[in-house]
Amino acid sequence: MIQTRVWTIAAAALAVVCAADAADLPTPKIPLPADGSAGSYKTEPVTKSEYKDKKSAYAYLAPETKAMQDDDFSNPASLWLDEGDKLWTKVEGGAGKSCGSCHGAAANLRGVGNTYPKISKDTGKLATIEDQINYCRTERMKAPALKLETQDMVALSMFVMFQSRGLPMSVAVDGAAKPYFDAGKTLYYTRRGQLNLACNQCHEDHAGGMLRADPLSGGYSNGFPLYRLAWQKAGSFDFRMQQCYAQVRATPEPFGSEELKKLQLYVAWRSNGLPVETPAVRR
Amino acid sequence: MAIARVRLPPNIKKGDVVEVKTLVTHPMESGQRKDANGQIIPRKILNKFVCAYNGREVFRAELWPAISANPFITFFLVAGDSGSLKFTWTDDDGSTIEHSEEIHVA
Repeated sequence: MIQTRVWTIAAAALAVVCAADAADLPTPKIPLPADGSAGSYKTEPVTKSEYKDKKSAYAYLAPETKAMQDDDFSNPASLWLDEGDKLWTKVEGGAGKSCGSCHGAAANLRGVGNTYPKISKDTGKLATIEDQINYCRTERMKAPALKLETQDMVALSMFVMFQSRGLPMSVAVDGAAKPYFDAGKTLYYTRRGQLNLACNQCHEDHAGGMLRADPLSGGYSNGFPLYRLAWQKAGSFDFRMQQCYAQVRATPEPFGSEELKKLQLYVAWRSNGLPVETPAVRR
Repeated sequence: MAIARVRLPPNIKKGDVVEVKTLVTHPMESGQRKDANGQIIPRKILNKFVCAYNGREVFRAELWPAISANPFITFFLVAGDSGSLKFTWTDDDGSTIEHSEEIHVA
């Protein structure tokens, strides 16, 4: 009788321990919209409930780095924004125009950056913000295209994206974007490099876990172009991707390649609903 | 480009201890890195920072290669008269980045 009771208590204790273990484990998968939809276009700032399941990489930052991002002055990317602001009104090219000549105040572009990458109305192809800037420069301003990842290009694209800060990412992946999206999704789940790793193995299966001393994010692009402390400068999504490729010891794709654009579309779609944080600060 | 940004708190009264925040663009090349061809990239950093308050030097700092790019320096000073704060960053090659900021003391 006594022995039975002891066993019962032991079993109960074990059950409690198991339950606690299960509760402590991080959720392995990041929930994504099940229907594959892009979500509706919105211009109102997102409420917390809309992205409660997705966690921006901001959540994993150290308090000091969060403070750096939150304060517009100490955010080092503000230097790029200043530069972008100047470039916005700088007249260049044969047409004697600046960005502002057509678009007016930069604030008019609120709600534009958060929909990129998207199918360009002008070319019918998938375009990133950088592509669209260069299209405007060459076609409308008759000015030379800006080289990708140069300071000017990062500054201008960051400045455009910054106008949408606080709005939810709203990338459309239906219609003409569908083939690009499917290709991007395949790329995300494709193993590559000498380490034979796919994006999802770190940024989905182990999101929130640690890679040595660094927490792994969920694979969202709501902060780009961003300032990375390790780079000591601001860089775009493509710059970050090149490093990811190198980290799994794969051959990095060149800036602006079709592959990176497709990947960017997929990753931006994953981020749908998260507020735009540009210019974000990351480690 | 060299952009310098300075921020002072609002509503300064005489005798207040004021936090001055400064941020400047500079690559701060340490002289330790090598380029793609294995050649050392020569050192090019800002090595000196001076703040003058109405012409009188109130703060000075020496910077070394371990300082990160785009140095962010904050310091405190006691507000005296209204006037100007002049900030000067000196590069290894002798060139300077200058910035002045008006200070209004109530």
